Amino acid sequence: MSTTIDETRAGGRRPGDAIFKGTAIAAALVILLALAGVAVFLLYEGIPGILGAREETDASFVSYVWPLVYGTLVAALIALVIATPFAVGMALVISHYAPKRIAKPLGYVVDLLAAVPSVVYGVWGITVLGPQLVPLYRWLADTVPWIPFFAGPASTTGRTIFTAGVVLAIMILPIITAICREIFAQTPTLHQEAALALGATRWEMIRMAVFPYARSGMISATMLGLGRALGETMAVALVLSASGVITLNFISSTNPSTIAANIALRFPEATGLAVNLLIASGLVLFAITFAVNFAARYIAGSSARRMSR
Amino acid sequence: MSQTLEKKPAPSRDAMPLSGPRMPGSAPYLVAAAALAVGVGLGMILGGGLIAMAILAGLTFIVGITVWAWALEGRRSGVDRLVMSVVWAAFAVALVPLASLVWTVLSNGIPALSAEFFTYSMRGVIGDEPGGIYHALIGTLLITLGATVISVPVGIMTAIYIVEYGRTARLAKAITFLVDVMTGIPSIVAGLFAYALFVLIFGPGVRLGFGGSVALSLLMIPVVVRATEEMLKLVPDELREASYALGVPKWRTIVKVVLPTSLSGILTGVTLAIARVIGETAPLLIIAGSTDSVNFNLFADRMQTLPVFIYYAYTQPGVPPDPSIERAWGAALVLIAIVMLLNLLARVVGKVFAPKTGR
Repeated sequence: MSTTIDETRAGGRRPGDAIFKGTAIAAALVILLALAGVAVFLLYEGIPGILGAREETDASFVSYVWPLVYGTLVAALIALVIATPFAVGMALVISHYAPKRIAKPLGYVVDLLAAVPSVVYGVWGITVLGPQLVPLYRWLADTVPWIPFFAGPASTTGRTIFTAGVVLAIMILPIITAICREIFAQTPTLHQEAALALGATRWEMIRMAVFPYARSGMISATMLGLGRALGETMAVALVLSASGVITLNFISSTNPSTIAANIALRFPEATGLAVNLLIASGLVLFAITFAVNFAARYIAGSSARRMSR
Repeated sequence: MSQTLEKKPAPSRDAMPLSGPRMPGSAPYLVAAAALAVGVGLGMILGGGLIAMAILAGLTFIVGITVWAWALEGRRSGVDRLVMSVVWAAFAVALVPLASLVWTVLSNGIPALSAEFFTYSMRGVIGDEPGGIYHALIGTLLITLGATVISVPVGIMTAIYIVEYGRTARLAKAITFLVDVMTGIPSIVAGLFAYALFVLIFGPGVRLGFGGSVALSLLMIPVVVRATEEMLKLVPDELREASYALGVPKWRTIVKVVLPTSLSGILTGVTLAIARVIGETAPLLIIAGSTDSVNFNLFADRMQTLPVFIYYAYTQPGVPPDPSIERAWGAALVLIAIVMLLNLLARVVGKVFAPKTGR
């Protein structure tokens, strides 16, 4: 009898199990190490850049990186302001307005937007979108020059930070739409039917039952979109004609650059300290996107905890 | 007194009607037809283009259906119709860039396609001599293959750890959170990481294809983990318990029961992850570099890839510029086609490998 028990006990410690579990934990630790590695290696290569910025650019690191941070934030915010209403609208169409039969294909179509590589968006932005927007810029500069954003003189190529923001908006649409759509679809059916039974129109039902339920999810979706827009490189590098100034003017031909685009444009030809400087600016970008994503996940997580209670 | 009471009409159906006038079911179509007529008519009179006509027709539709509903059914119904038409309009407007992009790439890219385009590299190609994307195709395939070989085992094993072993462990929670955060790493930062890593080994100015694989796997792993995790969670616990009851060790249960059950979903996730990274430009620009020649060796020298080829062919076309820009559009078409095919493949794979229920 005791031998059987011993055998079962031994069964719990089978070598195959130990090896397999060890491999699984090792894989999980690889991820931990990779993330730590990103921070450590960027710091190791970046710190000489921060310290040596004065030799390379005749200015401190902060004054080198600040215009880039400004440009990154401006482009991402333009993208966010344009993309969010569209994304919420598209998500509503897929989750609530479209008939069930065509809702799924519509979802695929939105996903197609995400399938286009960023470099193709960039090339399309220069050749098609930029020139199409020039008349709009000219009109804005003529009619509302007192708004600092549209002070002009209007760019003749359309390669402005506003165009870059529009391209970014198109690129972050699918991710915001996808998350919003999922959360809208999760709204309890009983809440929605109760609202309709009380005589609410479809819009009133959405406003009173769907939006309050989905609010934190929408916020975190927007922030994830913001994170994407902050780190997007090639579309901006191609579209923007950057001169590294800090300006509120969105439609002129002198534009602030973004961190990511600046790295992509300079890195291939950079040597020595310039490389370290670019890596240091990448570190700043990493910190910004990390903070934004962290906050987004925290908001999403805390609302999930509240809902489960 | 009692007379006056009798005479005063009690609040009846006339004062509070239970049903009001309703719009006909065909109202949206009627308004759409009218709006189309207005848009085209005004566009022709004022001499606007197709875009102006479309905008005009859209605005007319929104205003028309709102005013009609408001006048006939009241304010609330008017607002409802307004929101509905605005939401659909937003959807339509958002698809315009997609249509424009696909059209631009197709019309500019198709003339570039030829047998030479797929079988020639750019080595020694000047001006409008025949040159192609063979070297870039090889590079993209090898680097993506390398990234897949790194990411798939790591990703799947991590998901197995999270779902099967660490349900409640603190490490599992931390990993889940970090994977979420990892999804948001900018691709260019992944490229800088690979560069900073390989600089320590090979010295400054390093460029190699394998570095691209490492950078891409950093972007790919979270996608694989997420997809696998979701799939493993869908496997019913009864299956695991039945296997344990037969005395099967945990690891064999995972390999022989859990993984086969979720295989279709995992393969779909992996394919989508490949589709996501195959179009990445920024990390490859940094660590894999650019070259005109074919390079089959992942571990030495620069390697051309399709996205980087598009970037340089477009931004530094040389003299005369036209052939190079045409090649850029051709490569863009090929790249989009590859990504779309992968997306399609993911759906097919999901269907083919779906677990046989035996029913």
